[in-house]
Amino acid sequence: MKARLLAAALALLLVASGCSAGSSAFVPDDGSTLAVGFAAEPQNFDFTRTDGAAIPQALLYNVYEGLVKLDDQGRVVPLLAESWTVSEDRLVYDFKLKPGVLFSNGAEFTAEDVRFSINRVKTDWSISIKSKMDVVDRVEVVDPLHARVVLTKPSNAWLFDMASRVGAMFTPTGIADLANKPVGTGPYEVASRRRGDSVVLRANPRFRGPEPVYRTVYLKYYKDPTALNNALLSNGIDVIGTITAPDSIPQFEADSRFNVVQGTTNSEVVLAFNNKKEPLNDVRVRRALTLAIDRKALLATAWAGRGTLIGSMVPPTDPWYEDLSGAYPHDPAQARALLAEAGKTQLNLRLRIPNLPYAVSSAQVVASQLAEVGVTVTIEPLDFPAVWLKQVFTDHDYDLSIIQHVEARDITTFGRPSFYWGYDSKKAQDLLARADRGSPEEQVTAMREVARTLSEDAAANWLFLYPNVVAAKKKVTGIVRNQVSESFDLTTLGRAG
Amino acid sequence: MTARILRRAAIFALSLLAASIVVFVFTAVLPGDPAQVALGVNATPELLAQTRQEFGIDRPLVTQYLDWMGSVLTGDFGKSYVTRDVIGPQLADRLGVTLWLVGAGMLVAVLIAVPMGVLAAVRHRKASGTVVSAASQLGIAVPAFLAGILLVQVFAVRLQWLPSGGWTPPVQDPVEFLRGLILPALSLGVVQGAVLTRYVRSSVLDVLGEDYLRTARSKGLMPGQALVRHGLRNAAVPVVTVLGLQLTTLLVGAVVVERVFVLPGLGSMLLDAVAARDLLTVQGIVLVLVAGALLVNFLVDVLYTVLDPKLRGAK
Repeated sequence: MKARLLAAALALLLVASGCSAGSSAFVPDDGSTLAVGFAAEPQNFDFTRTDGAAIPQALLYNVYEGLVKLDDQGRVVPLLAESWTVSEDRLVYDFKLKPGVLFSNGAEFTAEDVRFSINRVKTDWSISIKSKMDVVDRVEVVDPLHARVVLTKPSNAWLFDMASRVGAMFTPTGIADLANKPVGTGPYEVASRRRGDSVVLRANPRFRGPEPVYRTVYLKYYKDPTALNNALLSNGIDVIGTITAPDSIPQFEADSRFNVVQGTTNSEVVLAFNNKKEPLNDVRVRRALTLAIDRKALLATAWAGRGTLIGSMVPPTDPWYEDLSGAYPHDPAQARALLAEAGKTQLNLRLRIPNLPYAVSSAQVVASQLAEVGVTVTIEPLDFPAVWLKQVFTDHDYDLSIIQHVEARDITTFGRPSFYWGYDSKKAQDLLARADRGSPEEQVTAMREVARTLSEDAAANWLFLYPNVVAAKKKVTGIVRNQVSESFDLTTLGRAG
Repeated sequence: MTARILRRAAIFALSLLAASIVVFVFTAVLPGDPAQVALGVNATPELLAQTRQEFGIDRPLVTQYLDWMGSVLTGDFGKSYVTRDVIGPQLADRLGVTLWLVGAGMLVAVLIAVPMGVLAAVRHRKASGTVVSAASQLGIAVPAFLAGILLVQVFAVRLQWLPSGGWTPPVQDPVEFLRGLILPALSLGVVQGAVLTRYVRSSVLDVLGEDYLRTARSKGLMPGQALVRHGLRNAAVPVVTVLGLQLTTLLVGAVVVERVFVLPGLGSMLLDAVAARDLLTVQGIVLVLVAGALLVNFLVDVLYTVLDPKLRGAK
């Protein structure tokens, strides 16, 4: 009787734990399988309605493709478009499409899908980045392999954005259940998933190009950085997508089983000033706070000295990058003098930060260095994302904050006075507008000027640029050094030997 | 007896109702707007309003509660704000993982505690007994996550005998499933086993002093034989009771161990849902956990009523 009960209970458990279709943590060790570990898991597969970096990281370029993509130098290169031309007035883009492209459900990819996908961003997407398509006036189908996009005003940002998730191409027959069944033209399709554990991609048999080297890819998710590191050390995975615990990097470098690749990202770690509010609406105070902080020392504490000092909101992979990190050398004496000049010698500031490791360790350095120039800083960690988003980002209830800004070319946020920086500069706004409508050369000149203006105004204190550190088993080749796009691009990966 | 059981059942139902209100209110007052978390940075006020409406969180709290309770009673836990998935099946799936973990942890605990406890009791005047007692004391002081981290360092990272984490469903690959379960079960079970060892020890010590054991020995049984044949069953009663009570502790331990070993159980689901302000999911999980705890209590109560002759006549 007892044994039978036990057997029944066991059988029930077996059924219960097996019922979510065949995905698994167990990665078979044959040459065609790869397992990559990440920190953040996609909540679902629908990046048209769910924000966050994890979904495009897994799906963009791998499952979904756009007309164009970004290479690791941040250049826009063709993907589903064979080539394109831009009209003299920079309003009309003519895309010549690759022939013979199929979606994973068998549908053919044509200019009709381009029109459908771009229009759908405006009508059906429900996340804020859909506004990147506002500039599109209409899409015309010239012939099945020729799509024409007409803009309402010239915009360099638009083509760049087409390489991000807003430019992903969908088929009308493949959007019934985007949250669970993505249908794209990429080399992979989603085979299965286990929430809280993994997503499994397998080679898309209808893909136009050669079959990827790794026919099955396990994307495995580890909330805890130690667990992520342990998974690579114990052969549970082959690659760490990006290392989030800098202290662990030396142990991978010292281990002959692994390669460690370090590059840059688009992710600026910023000490934000509330530009709208006393006392930080005074440029002298902002400059003083920028001079008071030794960013090199801060980087050593917060990210083991890895990462890049930038000095403005521009990563080295943008065409208008210039090194502005020397604009405010660490100078406590001058900082004190500036504060005295502004009549703000007894400052009490609230540093409200997300409760994330990089922010907490940076905040401690900021507080102690500001104390040296007579500024008292109270650190208030807030639950991220919920509380930080509400209080700092939406309600602008803060003096200082520290957060990573991960989006590409997010320097444009300094052109929006309503953004939480509270930075309102006519000059910067005009320059940004000019950069967007001008020729590529004019864009570079104007953007460089924007970056210099921000630096001059000390609109924020750019602490450092987050590094992209990838650790992988030696057999894995072709890892992209710089994380410039939203995608963890699996298509470049190969196998040694 | 029936009246007593009925009364207990009514208490169970009322507690569950009260718990559901508490769970609802507490999740509703969590700081942070679920719509904003779902939309992320740069959400416009229009989108926020639209999303709040879509989630139904713009309605009065009482309406929201009644709606939620109504559908939960029909077994429908609603659709997650964040994953856009029906919550019920997901809950069942995650519960399966957690039950495996708790079950395996319990097994490890018993396998440690029974021999160790008996040994400590039988040899309580000898050095070996003292060593076991001291070791169990030490085991109690080690939190499950620390045990987990140490086990991973030794058996996964250094020796590479076992996976450092992850979950393989048993139907898919039983061997890999077991390999993956060993370390989490050990880290959960060792600590629990240490606690239990002390109960087994004192329980066996009590039994050792009983008359019937002396009688058994006077009939010519060796002390060990007497204990096994007559003593252990009696000593087991209080131990099983403690084991039942430890279930809840084990569940809490499982939440932490799931995070260390990246197991897709109820605990990690709860942590993710709280971080994402996925309120419906949080409410569903907590309600299931509370219902489980209340149910265990109720069943223990009923079992006592049935087993204990003194309570049979009681109201």
